[in-house]
Amino acid sequence: MNKPTLAPVAVLLVVLAVVPAFAANTTINFLVSALIVTLAAQGWNLLGGFCGPFSFGHAAFFGTGAYVTAVLQSRYGVNAWAGFAAGIAAGAVVGGAIGWLSFRAGLRGSYFALITLAFAEVFRIVANAVPLTGGATGLLLKLDVRPANFQFASRAAFAWIALGCVVAVLALSIAIARSRLGAQFAAVRENEDAARALGIDVLATKLRAICLSGAVTAAAGGLYAQYFLYLDANIAYGSWISVEALLAVIVGGIGTPAGPLFGALALHALGEATKLFAGAITGIDLVLFGLILVGAIAFAPAGIAGSLHSLSARWRR
Amino acid sequence: MSLLQVSGVTRRFGGVIAVNNASLRVPEGAIVGLIGPNGAGKTTLFGIISGFVTPSAGSVSWDGADITGLPPHRRAQAGIARTFQIVQPFAGLSVVENIAVGAYLRHPARADATRIATDIGTRLGLGPWLDRPAAALTVAGRKRLELARALATGPRLLLLDEVLAGLNPSEIRDIIPLIQAIRAEGVTILMIEHVMQAVMNLCEQLYVLAEGRMIAEGNPVTVCADPRVIEAYLGHGAAARMQSHA
Repeated sequence: MNKPTLAPVAVLLVVLAVVPAFAANTTINFLVSALIVTLAAQGWNLLGGFCGPFSFGHAAFFGTGAYVTAVLQSRYGVNAWAGFAAGIAAGAVVGGAIGWLSFRAGLRGSYFALITLAFAEVFRIVANAVPLTGGATGLLLKLDVRPANFQFASRAAFAWIALGCVVAVLALSIAIARSRLGAQFAAVRENEDAARALGIDVLATKLRAICLSGAVTAAAGGLYAQYFLYLDANIAYGSWISVEALLAVIVGGIGTPAGPLFGALALHALGEATKLFAGAITGIDLVLFGLILVGAIAFAPAGIAGSLHSLSARWRR
Repeated sequence: MSLLQVSGVTRRFGGVIAVNNASLRVPEGAIVGLIGPNGAGKTTLFGIISGFVTPSAGSVSWDGADITGLPPHRRAQAGIARTFQIVQPFAGLSVVENIAVGAYLRHPARADATRIATDIGTRLGLGPWLDRPAAALTVAGRKRLELARALATGPRLLLLDEVLAGLNPSEIRDIIPLIQAIRAEGVTILMIEHVMQAVMNLCEQLYVLAEGRMIAEGNPVTVCADPRVIEAYLGHGAAARMQSHA
C-alpha cells in the first residue's frame, strides 16, 4: 500500500478498535455486520481485484465457511474454533475446485462470473434441500456462551475478533501486493499472454488466487455463523453476500488492500441510514446500492482508496 | 551444437498452411535473422518456438532436449524469452513494475527484482519513465519495454518480433547498439525484422520464409542476392528483370 492511504487506514482501524468498548449493542451489531462483509469483500478482492477474474458467486465460499463451521459443531460435536478453521480450509478447497473447473476450461470475464453465480445457486438449492444443513428450516446453533466455544457474553469481544480477522487479511493483502505472488497476480490480471511469455504459470496463479480468496470469504461465513448462531440456505448461499462483497470492493477501491474496508463500512453506513429514513420501503437500501455502483463506476472507478490517493497527491503538489 | 533447432514444423489453421515444413538452427551466441514478406508465417513460427502455437507436425529442440509439447511459461523458465510484435504491456502497472514481473522469474525477492528492473530499464533508456504507468509510453517506449521485460527474465535466447517496426530512423539507430550489447553479454538472438538496414548490420545468418516455406538461408549478402528471395518480395520474374537492367 502506498503511503497516502496508510494514514487514514490506521486512524480508521484505531477508531474501530476503540468503539466497541463504549458503544451500544446496536452499534456493535452494525460494526460486526460491516466487518463480516469487509472480510468477505477482502476475499473477493484477492481474486477479482488482484488477479482479475470477476466472481459473481462468492456466496459459494461464504456459505461453505458458514455451513462447515456450523454443521461440524452441531452435528458432529467438533469444537467451534476447529470448525471455524475447517470452514476456512473448506472455502479454499471449494475455491480450488471451482477454479480448476472453470480456469482450465479457459472461462474468463462474464463467462467466469456466470459460472460462479451458477455454482453459488446450485449450492443454495442443495443446502435448502438436504437434511445435513437443516434444509429449509435452517440450522440453529446451540447457545453455549464460552470463549472456548467461540461464543462471548460481550458483543464487543466478537467485534474485536472480527476486526482482528480483517486486520490480519489486510496485512496479508499488503504483503502479497509487495511480493512476487502479487506481481504474478497483477501480470495475469493485466495480460495473460504477456504473463506466460515471462514464465508465469497462469492457471496455477489463478488457482492460488481463488483458493486464498475462497478461504478468506469462508472465514467471513464462519464468523457470521458464530455471531448470529443461525443459518439457512438463503443467508449462507444467497446472492446478497456475492453482491455486497463485489460492491464493497468496487466502491472502496478495486485491487487496493484497504479498499474493501472503506467500501464495506461506507455501504453499510449508507444502507443503515436509508433504512432509518425510508424504513417503510422494503429494499430501498438495495436500490441505493445500485445507484452507488453506477455512480462509482462512472465517476470514481478507482474507488474510495483511489480517490484518497489522488486527492492527497493533489494536496501535496 | 545449436542452442535451438526447429525441424520440419508445419502449422495449419483450417485449410491455411501458415508454416510448411520449416526448419532452422540457431547456434549459441549468434544473432540470426528471420525475414520474409508479410503473411509468410514468421510470427506463427515464433509462436511455435515460444510455445504459444502448437505445431501440427515437426519438432522443436532446445539445448538438445525436445520441447515441442512444453507450455510457454516452462520455455521461459528454460531460458527462451520473446517479445510481441503487437506490444503487450501490463497497462495498469508502472514501467518498473512491468519489467520486475520479468525479473521475478529468477529473483523471488522484491528488492532484487526491483533493482534488476531499474537497471535494465535505465539501460534501455526508460529511466525517466520508470515510475510512470506503462499506458503512458509512446510506441518507441513500448517497444523498449517489451525488450526490457524479456531481458529481465535472464534469457539464453531472445526472440525479437519486429522490435524496430514503427520506430523512426533515429530511434532505430539508438536501439541497434543496445541489441549488439545484449548479444555481447552472451544472449543468443533470433529476430524477425523488416528493417533491412538493421538486419544487414546485426545478423550473421539469415533465414527467409515465404508462404510458410523456408526458401533461403545463409549470410545476409548472399541471401539478399538470391533470385528466389527477390521474387518472393517483388513477384515472379522480378529477379530476371533486375538482372537485365543491371
